[in-house]
Amino acid sequence: MQREITVQVDGTARRLTVDTRTTLLDALRERLGITSPKKGCDHGQCGACTVLSGGRRVLGCLTLAVTQDGAEVVTAEGLAAEPTTAEPTTAGEQQADGGLHPVQRAFIDCDALQCGYCTPGQVVSAVGVLDEFAMGWPSAATEGPGAPRLDRAEVAERMSGNLCRCGAYVNIVTAVLRAAGASPAGRPTGPGVTG
Amino acid sequence: MKPFDYLRPADAADAVRSVAGNPDAVFLGGGTNLVDHLKLGIVEPALVVGLAGVLPAEIEELGDGTLRIGAGVGNSELAADPRVRERFPVLSQALLSGASGQLRNMATVGGNPLQRTRCVYFQDVTTPCNKREPGSGCSAVGGWTRHHAILGASEHCLAVHPSDLAVAMAALDARVRTLGPAGERTIPFVDLHRLPGDAPERDTVLEHGELITAIDLPARPIARRSAYRKVRDRASYAFALVSVAAAVEVEDGVIVDARIAFGGVAHVPWRAHRAEEALRGSSASDRSYRTAADAELADARPAEGLDGGNAFKIPLLRRTLTATLRDLVGEDPR
Repeated sequence: MQREITVQVDGTARRLTVDTRTTLLDALRERLGITSPKKGCDHGQCGACTVLSGGRRVLGCLTLAVTQDGAEVVTAEGLAAEPTTAEPTTAGEQQADGGLHPVQRAFIDCDALQCGYCTPGQVVSAVGVLDEFAMGWPSAATEGPGAPRLDRAEVAERMSGNLCRCGAYVNIVTAVLRAAGASPAGRPTGPGVTG
Repeated sequence: MKPFDYLRPADAADAVRSVAGNPDAVFLGGGTNLVDHLKLGIVEPALVVGLAGVLPAEIEELGDGTLRIGAGVGNSELAADPRVRERFPVLSQALLSGASGQLRNMATVGGNPLQRTRCVYFQDVTTPCNKREPGSGCSAVGGWTRHHAILGASEHCLAVHPSDLAVAMAALDARVRTLGPAGERTIPFVDLHRLPGDAPERDTVLEHGELITAIDLPARPIARRSAYRKVRDRASYAFALVSVAAAVEVEDGVIVDARIAFGGVAHVPWRAHRAEEALRGSSASDRSYRTAADAELADARPAEGLDGGNAFKIPLLRRTLTATLRDLVGEDPR
């Protein structure tokens, strides 16, 4: 059964007719050609399809597109600023970035990519993590009733919904801390800290 | 996935009417469980009724201190609420121990207790399962039982309830407010879920078309000293092998009162009344905690299985309860 929906995707209003069975992930990839959200497990277990909806990180594979009528969705592609119009010849390293989001920049600087399949989801998730942290939201790694302190244990716990089979985790945690302007040191991660 | 119609109802009453009037209709909350089931072919509804924007999404404090949590409140928001963190740490910790940040952002308070078991046989439509297809048999009996029940199971079903929120709510004497075809009602949280018996296909006492509109969390001073401890196969983002929600009140080294519930061990969030009874009046010591665990686990029936069975859950739960209470109370005074 078909439904017409309008979704704001990466700053642009997109109107499309979708089957009610279509997930947001498939609508983005197959209908709108936005392939940065990746289809990993397609069952909510890996986080590769993470996008922001209404500013919150969610899983595109478990979201029906019909429920997103009127929603504002941001993918990894939409995090960067519009490409610069400056002459390429005058571009230094900074301009070669376009206007990368600080999290994207930090992933490159910290070599947190490896094969890269999970990276768009990791990057979007990290943006959501930093926003949730800024709101004072706790996690299972937060000690005590007060405001959480952003350190390695917090980042690891908060990013645990994004799985990476290449083992880039260590650099991902460092990249997220760098993007937040936090020290890459801090409490160690591991069982018992997050459990 | 079979084709289905999608409806965005005007309000909760409209949602109830739409589902109650159609035996093949389902509610869609955050979708984290239902959409997966649609893909797996576990459910094949003709109509999906979306609840976003329909259910209350506020946490209201009533005159007697009860927190009325609207069914549309997100798991993330509930876990972060300062009143919940301060007065009911066990609930905040239970929520934060569940799933991932993305899933907690999608999940709702009304939908979370209604999520279905993660029993691998329930989720695999090629295998017999009495919960998915009544009368077809239980593949878990004699199968892989690591994640299955040791309390309250029947020969028809060994599945456990997966929600962490539900375990905390059961310990805290929460009440479920619903709107159904017959009107509103309030159900004690511990009575919401059913043991499998010979009808494991029914997870709860809710009627078809009955909608959770809010959960009332009564003021419980004891809950200020409370905690949730979850044991699982990896440090985060996994369902519980066993979990413990506990609140205690101690005076002069003696336990005056306790609220205990277990997760990962039964078809329902398991309120441990016998353990509570054993604890009241006991010294705050590891010995008392172990005695309390044994009182509750006296009727435990571990399942045999291809993976060696799940008898390990008995000592694991005993140790988890002991550790949880020790952490809450402080050092063993004797």
